[in-house]
Amino acid sequence: MSTPFVALDDVTLTYPGRSGGGASGDVTALQGASLSVGRGEFAAVVGPSGCGKSTLMKLVTGLVRPTAGRVAVDGAAVGGPVKIAGMAFQNPNLLPWRSVIDNVLLPLEIVEPHRRRFRAEKKQYRQRAEELLATVGLGGFGDRFPWELSGGMQQRASLCRALIHEPALLMLDEPFAALDAFTREELWCVLRDLWQRIGFTVILVTHDLREAAFLADTIHVMSARPGRIVTTRRVEFPRPRDLEVCFEPGFVDLVHELRGRIADVRAA
Amino acid sequence: MTATLERLAPVWFTVALFAVWEATCRLLEVDPFILPAPSEVFGALVQYWRPVLRHSLVTLWTTMAGFALAVVFGIALGLVVGWSRTVYRGIYPVMVGFNTIPKVAVVPVLVIWFGIGEVPAILTAFLISFFPIVVNVATGLATMEPELEDVLRALGARKLDIMLKVGIPRTTPYLFGALKVAITLAFVGSVVSETIAANAGIGFLMAQAGSNFQMPLVFAGLVALAVEGIAMYGVFALVERRMTRWAFRSSGSAAA
Repeated sequence: MSTPFVALDDVTLTYPGRSGGGASGDVTALQGASLSVGRGEFAAVVGPSGCGKSTLMKLVTGLVRPTAGRVAVDGAAVGGPVKIAGMAFQNPNLLPWRSVIDNVLLPLEIVEPHRRRFRAEKKQYRQRAEELLATVGLGGFGDRFPWELSGGMQQRASLCRALIHEPALLMLDEPFAALDAFTREELWCVLRDLWQRIGFTVILVTHDLREAAFLADTIHVMSARPGRIVTTRRVEFPRPRDLEVCFEPGFVDLVHELRGRIADVRAA
Repeated sequence: MTATLERLAPVWFTVALFAVWEATCRLLEVDPFILPAPSEVFGALVQYWRPVLRHSLVTLWTTMAGFALAVVFGIALGLVVGWSRTVYRGIYPVMVGFNTIPKVAVVPVLVIWFGIGEVPAILTAFLISFFPIVVNVATGLATMEPELEDVLRALGARKLDIMLKVGIPRTTPYLFGALKVAITLAFVGSVVSETIAANAGIGFLMAQAGSNFQMPLVFAGLVALAVEGIAMYGVFALVERRMTRWAFRSSGSAAA
């Protein structure tokens, strides 16, 4: 196998205890976690709650430094914000004073080289945002405000914001957890299509085993805190996948097996 | 029908308040020296409208000057305090302690420094209305969603970017909410100072009228003050609604 796009090598992360509480207050979120994700791969990370999945997100994007071990993205050790990642969370976090399209354009006002060109080429950028919104089914909603959109639509806009600067890496932290079951499945397909069309690398942190099994190439199971990767499971269902795959026996077996692994690590 | 009723409710309520006041004074034959009836108060307003207007304008000017200072310095300090956790922790106890000091107690000091007149009134209005502005601006910045900050930081945003794009716009509803409170407090400050040490202003007028036993005029001064306070509150409530419409709408939640 070629060099992985994202690599965590024996990574430990300890948050210091709150204001002088001494060593007893320290929280070890990750302990000796190793993970590798290939370029263009769709990886899912599942685990019991509080296992440090969100910490994993922060490590990969360079928002926190590991206490021990090494994090590398695109072959280089991560020493600060990686700038090639888009992020989306459970809460869409759209800015209510900006229209949907201005929300989507926000990363371009920050990240180079778009930042420099933004004012001069605003028209082209707006065009690009409109197109992206159209691909997730939000064509014509650009001038609305976030509060005029349903939860599912807000989450679509949030995905667009994460992708507008064409990041090589998309980090998703339970992005669909707050949605109803039907909307969630709709958005699985939206994400699947975007990924197949653009071909970025995805790390999806989720509680939902069906979500992981439907979308991912590989599923990494994390242990309870302090978290580490206990099992990595390849998902072999052929692409492109249809929602029907969720009802095949192989799929049900996979979810059942993952469910068992999570139960084990919870009990441990 | 009910909508108009609701819209006019403040008018009816005010009229009713004065009616009850008038009726009470007449039925119980309250000594006008203790509590003059509204008719006498308005009589005094008509009779002395020139001095009342002149002193009202002085109070309005000192209040607005102090308030303007409070807005400028309050926003500036609020941004600094909200920006840095260290500054926040360091300065907050001092601010609370400072705010706890009754401003009446500061007026004599100000008089010694700046003499009797408008300057102590302006400064008292400033001191009293400063605190809520600082606290609200700082709170608006400090309660920013950490995830949103993560999104931007991961893109390489500097602290200044995050402040300009997210922090400051998100603070505006807090700021305008604070301005409504601060403007009414500013009136308290200027009038307190005028009552103690001034030769113009509503506070001065009321102190003078009181020592001349002209109770209807004292109450006329109170009415003039209340009118000014309501008017300025209304102005800032209107500005708030126009500037931060999104904050009011978004609480109405999403459509289908």
